[in-house]
Amino acid sequence: MAAPEDHGSEALERLLRGVPGAVLASHAERGDATALVDPARLLEAMRYLRDDPATAFDMLTDVTAVDYLGYPGRVGPRFEVVYHLYSLARNHRLRVKIGVEEAACEAPSLVSLWPSANWMEREVWDMYGIRFAGHPDLRRILLYDEFEGHPLRKDYPKERRQPLVGPRN
Amino acid sequence: MASEARSPRPLEDDLERDLHTEHQILNMGPSHPATHGTVKFLIELDGETIVDLDIQVGYLHRGFEKECESGAWYQAIPYTDRLNYNSAILCNLAFCLAVEKLCGLETPERCQWLRVLSAELSRIGDHLTRTGAACLELQAMTPFLYGIEARELNWDLQEELCGARVTSNYVRIGGVKHDMPPGFPARFRDTTQKTRELLADFDKVVTRNRIFVDRLKGTGVISKEDCIRYAVTGPMLRSVGVPLDMRKDEPYLVYDQVDFDVPIGEVGDNYDRYLVCVEEIHQSLRIAEQCVAKLEQLGPGPVNVDDPRVRWPAKGRVFNRMEELIQQFKSVTEGPRVPAGEAYAAIESANGELGFYVVSDGSAVPWKVRCRPPSFINLQPMPIMLRGAMLADLIPTFDFINMIGGECDR
Repeated sequence: MAAPEDHGSEALERLLRGVPGAVLASHAERGDATALVDPARLLEAMRYLRDDPATAFDMLTDVTAVDYLGYPGRVGPRFEVVYHLYSLARNHRLRVKIGVEEAACEAPSLVSLWPSANWMEREVWDMYGIRFAGHPDLRRILLYDEFEGHPLRKDYPKERRQPLVGPRN
Repeated sequence: MASEARSPRPLEDDLERDLHTEHQILNMGPSHPATHGTVKFLIELDGETIVDLDIQVGYLHRGFEKECESGAWYQAIPYTDRLNYNSAILCNLAFCLAVEKLCGLETPERCQWLRVLSAELSRIGDHLTRTGAACLELQAMTPFLYGIEARELNWDLQEELCGARVTSNYVRIGGVKHDMPPGFPARFRDTTQKTRELLADFDKVVTRNRIFVDRLKGTGVISKEDCIRYAVTGPMLRSVGVPLDMRKDEPYLVYDQVDFDVPIGEVGDNYDRYLVCVEEIHQSLRIAEQCVAKLEQLGPGPVNVDDPRVRWPAKGRVFNRMEELIQQFKSVTEGPRVPAGEAYAAIESANGELGFYVVSDGSAVPWKVRCRPPSFINLQPMPIMLRGAMLADLIPTFDFINMIGGECDR
């Protein structure tokens, strides 16, 4: 459950109170307020963060993922999808993360809340193979369609080469 | 069409009649002379009007993030140079600030002023390339040459400071490569004077030039709401009238001690973006002048943190003492160990918010290095800027988004 101590971030406190139970863990290490959110309640929490006038996160500035396969001392799901939010109106930031299990490898898409998520979620799909449920156009973006595998996964060897596929006639 | 009976109406009516033409798909790129970037556009055209646009990026993908995960932390710095060939120092800086945030390092004052100075030189180079190349792609060779001459002067200064013109590799974790060389302030002032003269010439040729204004005014318009929804930052966001600049809003280094203005536009068209960029060059020159004056006033001092985790010991001590020799050996062969955890640091780069999200497992090798590329994110709303526009408007719009392939595709 959410740690009750004060992290010095008003946005994080608002989230803890406004969407009770959605935040599984939180910290503010190195000054970055961070909330680990229950994936099933991500859309609800994100909508609250966007629409509540005290948080007012009008910009989803970054979406990425981390593969924690083999990370020392790691317990929990293999992947994390990491969202960075910025509020133009209030000039503050928040990092929101969700755990993604390797078996399902799926996360809710945020394109309906912020269109900026579109390309960034496509990139996460391309690089990590995490599907975004509800994404309108989940195609690879940086690599080509014939590419096999997802290169930023830790079990994808860096040395592996794949033939470049030319245009099909 | 041939089977249609010819109308008895006058010729003018006949010409205005709907011809029931089919939409055409035009494939533009990935290597097109009028786009300075490797990107492919699939354009659905109705005559010369853009109906829809699909942007395909990734032609310059070279596995930047994967590559970073296999070397020492400091070995990623040269890769950051290659993200944006116009403003390599800004990319170095953003990465090093993120690693320093993980390590909890505070750099000396002189280093911070040198970083601001080099970052602003980098930004000037970037904006000069953008405005100059935009003229070139609109068939105006002369202003391009003015811009490139100014950029050459700027790159000469960067070369003096860093030893390289393009891939500078100047900012290091916990410091900078070295202090500015003797005689640098005088040469800087000389160059600044010449740059201002070239900018005045550029301004005379371009800013009120009928052809240039006609090509830019009212083209590539984006609304404030769309900019925010698509997380657009940098000159593109400022051109719609939002004065967001991380140097002012979330000051890092010593930006809170320098005096500068944030120019904004009104309507968010290409002409506003041009004006914002040119004004930002003047503001960056102002900041750089203040930095040089401050560095002269500060006098000699350390430009690196005195922390054996990230910086090598002084050569004299390495040659004479055992501990420093061991330290140097370990620093070179292993590199610094960065405390476990995560951090995000961002700066205002020439294109917008350039951020690095770094994760460490406590070893000497990064677990994850994510670059938040402004080029990639600013490019995303391009279709909404161009739907209903003429095909020719694509060129200046793409120029002033200033997508840099290396940074967009990583």
